[in-house]
Formats: sequence, C-alpha cells, structure tokens
Amino acid sequence: MHVGRSTPRKEGRSKVTGQARYVDDLALPGMLHGVTVRSASPRGLIRDIRYAPGIPWDDVVVVTAADIPGANVVALINDDQPYLADGRVNHAEEPVVLLAHRDRSLLEEARRRVTIEIEPLPPVYTIEESLAAREIIWGTDNTFKKYLVSRGDVDAALADAVTIVEGEYETGAQEQLYIEPNGMLAVARREDGVTVWGSMQCPYYVHRAIERLFNLPTERIRVVQMETGGGFGGKEEYPSILAGHAALLAWKSGRPVKIVYDRAEDMVATTKRHPSRTRHRTAVTKDGRLLAMDIDFVIDGGAYSTLSPVVLSRGTIHAPGPYYCPNVRVRGRAVATNVPPHGAFRGFGAPQSIFALERHMDRVAAAIDMPPAELRRKNFIQTGQTSAVGQVMRDPIDMPALLDRALELSDYHARRARFDASNAAASLKKGIGFAAFMHGAGFTGSGEDHLASVVTLEATVEGRVRVLTSCTEIGQGTNTVFSQIAADALGIDVAAIDIVQPDTASVPDSGPTVASRTCMIVGKLVESAALNLRTTLDGAMGGNKDFTSACREYIQQIGPLRASSQYHAPAGARWSDERYEGDAYGTYAWAVYVAEVTIDMTTCEVQLDDFVALQEVGRVINPVLATGQIEGGVAQGIGWTLFERVVWRDGRMANAQMTNYIMPTSMDLPPIRVFFEETPYEHGPGGAKGIGELPMDGAAPAIANAVSHAAGVSITEIPITPERLMALMEIAVA
Amino acid sequence: MTRLLDALRDLHLTGVKEGCGEGECGACSILLDGRLVNSCLVPLIQAGRAVIVTIEGVAQGERLHAVQEAFIARGGAQCGICTPGMVLAAVSLLERNPHPNDAEIRAGLAGNLCRCTGYMRIFDAVLDACRRLDNDSR
Repeated sequence: MHVGRSTPRKEGRSKVTGQARYVDDLALPGMLHGVTVRSASPRGLIRDIRYAPGIPWDDVVVVTAADIPGANVVALINDDQPYLADGRVNHAEEPVVLLAHRDRSLLEEARRRVTIEIEPLPPVYTIEESLAAREIIWGTDNTFKKYLVSRGDVDAALADAVTIVEGEYETGAQEQLYIEPNGMLAVARREDGVTVWGSMQCPYYVHRAIERLFNLPTERIRVVQMETGGGFGGKEEYPSILAGHAALLAWKSGRPVKIVYDRAEDMVATTKRHPSRTRHRTAVTKDGRLLAMDIDFVIDGGAYSTLSPVVLSRGTIHAPGPYYCPNVRVRGRAVATNVPPHGAFRGFGAPQSIFALERHMDRVAAAIDMPPAELRRKNFIQTGQTSAVGQVMRDPIDMPALLDRALELSDYHARRARFDASNAAASLKKGIGFAAFMHGAGFTGSGEDHLASVVTLEATVEGRVRVLTSCTEIGQGTNTVFSQIAADALGIDVAAIDIVQPDTASVPDSGPTVASRTCMIVGKLVESAALNLRTTLDGAMGGNKDFTSACREYIQQIGPLRASSQYHAPAGARWSDERYEGDAYGTYAWAVYVAEVTIDMTTCEVQLDDFVALQEVGRVINPVLATGQIEGGVAQGIGWTLFERVVWRDGRMANAQMTNYIMPTSMDLPPIRVFFEETPYEHGPGGAKGIGELPMDGAAPAIANAVSHAAGVSITEIPITPERLMALMEIAVA
Repeated sequence: MTRLLDALRDLHLTGVKEGCGEGECGACSILLDGRLVNSCLVPLIQAGRAVIVTIEGVAQGERLHAVQEAFIARGGAQCGICTPGMVLAAVSLLERNPHPNDAEIRAGLAGNLCRCTGYMRIFDAVLDACRRLDNDSR
C-alpha cells in the first residue's frame, strides 16, 4: 500500500538538482520577447496612442486591440474584461499595447516611449464608494454579483433578543507572491494554430480563452503546462490573459514570443486576494445559544468581474462557519472598483468571511461573559443538522473533540489564565487565541456537475501506467498523490506510474487545479479509472499473470489498454442554483487552530510564539506532503494577518516590491505544529478530503483573537501592523 | 550592465532562478568563491576569476548531495522554484556550521524566501542532512 505513506515527491529529484524546466528556461529559435504597455490612469477614455521617435518602430512588433482576430474578451464567467483596452480603461495597469522585439533592452526603451493619452473619468477606489454608487463604473449599480442566504426568521429573532452583538471587520488585499512570476511562450501561425507553454494552474481555462480570442477551432489550440513555481490561485485565471498576449504577438510577427513578467509588474498588474468588509449582528441567549446571525459580506472585485462571483459564493457559504443557528441571513455582494481585478487566492473568499466570524464569536462570548471555547462548544453544527444554505450534514463531524484536543495540545487554558494574571504590569504582553472553522472541498454547488471532469489511464507494454489529467503539479503534490492512488488501485509499485505533462493536445479536461479539488475529486477519478483498467486487464488475461506480462500480452493481442473515469455526483447530492440552496459541497474539512503571541508594548510588534494546527481532513494520503500543505497555508495566513499590506495609491499598488511588501521569512514564523484527525470520507480516494485551502482560513482569526487577548483591545482589521496596533492601544488608553 | 544571473542562465545554467531581481528572494543564489550571494546583484564584471558553484554543480554526477537527498525525503521542496537557492544556502550553512541549532538554521536561510512550505519541512531537511553528512563521514 502507498496511500498513507510519505512517498517521496515524484519530481523531487529534478527540483533539487535545478533540472526542472520552468517557462523562462525555454527558448525557441528566432524567439522574440514581449512586453506590455499599460494604462497609467485608473479610469478614462483613450484619446491617442503615440510612439515617440528614437526607436526603430518598423522593427518592433506592435499589437493593439485592432489586431485581435477573434473576440477581445477574456473568456471566464462574464464577458466584461478585454485582452487589450479598446477606447477606455477601467484600472491602472490595464494592458493597452503589446510590443515584441528580440532585444530586451531595446524593448524596455520602446515601452517607455509609448504614450497613452487618456481623458480621465472619476475613479472609485473603495467598497464604500462603490456601494454609494455616486459614480457608476460597472453595470447599473457597481455590483458584479449578489447572493442572499436566508434561513428561519432573522428579523423576528433579532426583535425578540435581549443580547445583540454587532461588529464590523475588514481584511486587506494580499499578493499571492509565488516566487516564479507569471510567464508564457507562444507560437502562433494562421496555418497551424496557436500553441502556448507556460506557468499555470488550469490548462483548459487558457485553452478556452485562446479559442475565443483567435476564433479558432479547438483542435488548433494547444496549451502545455511547464513546471510551475507556485500558484496559490494567482495562476488560476491570469495566465489566460498572459497566454493571449504572447499569442497575439506571435500571431502578428510569425515568430515565437515569450513574455515573463518581472516581480514589479507581476505584483502591480496581476490579481490579489479580494479585500473585504463584513458586518455581523448576532442575537445570543444569556447561556450562549445563538439565536440569529445577520451577516453582510462585501468583497472588492476590482475593475472586472473575473472570478468574483464564485469567490463571493464560497465566502458567503462559509460566513456562518461551523455553527448551527436556526435563523441566519447572509447577504453577499461583490462590487466593482477601479483597481486591477482581484482574483483567486487560496481559500477563495472563505478566509475573509471566517476571519470576521471567528473574531466576532470572541466578542459575542465577551458580551455574555462566557469563555470563548464554551460559546463555540454550545453551537457547533452536528451530524444530521442543516446548514444555513440547507445542506444536511451527513458525514461524521466532531468539532467538540477537535476543540478539546487543540486546546490541550496548546495548553490553552493554563496559559490563558497565566497570561491574564501576568499581563497587567508586563512590557511584553502575552495572549492566546483560537479559531474553529471548516472548508468545503471541490467546486461550490453544481460546479463539479458542470465540469464533468475526466481522467484517463493508459498502460504500456513495459507495464508502466500513464496518468492523463489536466490537473497540474504546482508544488502541492499532485504528481505524487495521484501516483500513490493509482498504484494502490492497480496493485503495482508507485515507481511504475508516470504522470503525463498536462498538454491539452493529449490530456482530457479534468477541470482546473483549484478549490481543494485535485486530490478529493480528481484523485477519486484516478482511483476509479485505475480500478477500471485493472478489471479490464484481469478480465481479458486472468488475474494471475504478473502485471507487466499481462499488459504486454493485452496490448499485443487486443490493442491499447486504456480506461477513463468521469465525475458523477454522489447519489442523493442536490443543489439548486436558482434557490442557492442545497448541498453546497461534497464534504468539509474541519479544524481548530491556536495561536500564542507576545506583543512588545514599546514597538507594538507582534511575535508568534506557538501555532497549533489541528484538522480533520479525511484520510491523509501522504503525511509529509499534507503536513507541508498545512504549514505553507498557515504561513501565508500569518503573512496576511501580520505583515502583508498592499499600499494603494491612486488605484495602484505602491509597494510592488519584495523589499517593502513583506512576506514571512524563516525568521518570522513560530513552530507550526500540525496534527491530523482522520475520518475517512466515503467518496474520496482512499477516504481523503480536500486539504489545500483549509489552512489559509484559520491563522488570521486565531492570531487576531490572541492579539486582542494580549493587548486588551479588539482587533477588527488585518493586517495587524505595529502602526495599526499602536493606534488602537492609544485609543484604548485615552 | 550584464548581471551574473543573466550570464549564468545564458550558459544554460537555468537552475539559477530569477524571483525578484532585487536581492530579496534568494532564488538566484549561487556560491561565489565559497560565499552565498544573490547573482542578480552581481555585475558580471565583478565575477572575473571567481569560482562559481550553481545548483548544477552540487550533485556529484548521479550522486546527490546529502542536502538534496534530505530535501526530497523531508518535503523540503514543493513548487521547486526557490529550491536551487535554498539548497545552496543549506549547503553553505552546513559547510560553515556542520551542526546548526534551530536559530542558526533559521538565520542561515533567512535570505531565501519560500512561499510554499512555511519553512518547517526545510528546517527538518537541514537537520536530516546533518545526520546524513555525519553518517557519511564516519
């Protein structure tokens, strides 16, 4: 058996020796480099584009919207975002002109000599300005999408309640900061079609976007994923834009064109985590029973809708958290602003709404003078209960046990009491806090039905088995986990499994590599395709030959040995898009995270002393990889909470450098102690659930609760920079 | 001005990665006369006569360095883009200090950013590499 063991990373050797090939490591004969000329203005009408003398312009490939052979639309959910601005711009850094040349330094000079003259229109920069709708910048009301979840009678419950606790919470934008910037290499010729190689999570998203952009039949497009140096959502939708840009330059020039962003361009121009604002009104009894939760959740989508409708959906559904409450209303809205579009980032809306909820739960507990753990314990959702969107929770859930174990592992009760006793006079104040949460795995609602993902396995005469899937390895361990699952289902060694490089010319559409779906949803397809292949083989050759000879004889005597599997929802699962109600996710992972902090009262710096991450994620396929996923997600959560502040100036990121946008280094993190509970999930491969996004949800509220405990102030906004904390404490003192 | 980073990559030593171009991330780390440096900050002209080791020179043929073996075994590499620089930082650390404690490991790797791992598997890999090197020298 391989599942449950820490099989070493499949492509580990190529990575530790520097042999792994990323897109910037590719070069083709006659290749040109491409750059993007962007809008300096946040909103306005393009009046002129001028090319200043001093550059041999005849020798530079220039592409504008007028050169686009198909639709000037980045195909995703809505058709509102152009590949190249045509007539108007809606955010700073919006692409307007593309240039290509073989000499990169000349190209850089050429970029500086293009002037885009823009007649300004009034911009909208914040959620509040967008909601006020004095200036309409998108649709009729600046709103990309709205959802309403309504269960019970919230207004009646609030009217009757003795105790109502209100709160407002904000989270900032966050840069994904994969260490490999976005990059694409394209070859495009009228007679052959378009091929792109690049850094990406979702080859078929890119494929479909190129199809629309060039108006070409699908078989004349080929998208190949190169080794990808991190994604975290930042390479979910944006690569479709960059691939299109490289392909447009290649189409016009007839030469291969590569565009690799430098760090500053990647930070300033590509997507980030949606900023959010959440308001809570909660009715609670004196003995700590939740009577009503009224939640208003708003995210800032930026200038175009991109993935905001689905980010909003996940954030809305996760907003009431792992609790049962008879009366719940969640109003979710994604609104437009004139900043570069915000997009996918690990957690996808859930970290924002869970931060608000889990900070708020501590404040509700304080309002009724109840320990935070006791309030949670009284309200955890249980197996058989119905969630706010009407999902009957069928799988086993034991949040009280998770809470007990996490508090024990962190020595929570003793430490909280000790810190309470010693903090008053201390110049270093200590605090401990926790967050309880869940994360749904796979696409929301009917998403997986619409994707109808496919995986194919193919055996060779050498007795090797090739896994064909469009799910990408981006560091999270796809190659290794799929190999383990396939090997066990086939009854062969993991070394005999080959994962085929994702290439839309050869792999089926297994859906995108997002939403904690790769292991649970697509891994299950790998498992069932492997079982199909083994059944076919054994049926034809008898079960007693060794695998290699059986494969060889089958292929020689009968023909190719392949098996596929396609996603079908588990029996009984139901979701209504119209009513926005039903089984929102196949299942959920559950967790309790505990953070311990020290605040230096002189500098207001927060130091993390300990972090416990306990989760129930179904069966753990590969303990080392799973632990690495949790630690990495927690580290990103810590960055979002304490260090990573996007400074906005006139709709642009002003700190688009690693020098002043600060992600955690090896010196900044506490020991991250990871623990698993394993309750096998019936419909996951070997019993596994989704895992990738979960760890992003818990760090922010756990740390904010710990800081609030230590400082004696209520944190309502992240990142908790020393400046922000100092201001809060000064208000508290004054 | 040609950067050492570009010159090395032009020589097809593409294990040297560019993550930021401003000396913050360490993805372009190399050993220059035995010292760990960011090759994006070194003008080519300053590297004349220097002995340079890139990630391509860490393994002895097919035989991996103990640090590389430990990174594979302990989950020290995820997406792999920081890995060449991180491996060189670890090799450099262990050459200077064969038995670093936790604080010394953290300090030794502080110039190399990793966005995937949260560093914990990397620290574990460095400790594992110490043990492997001790066993090799016995």
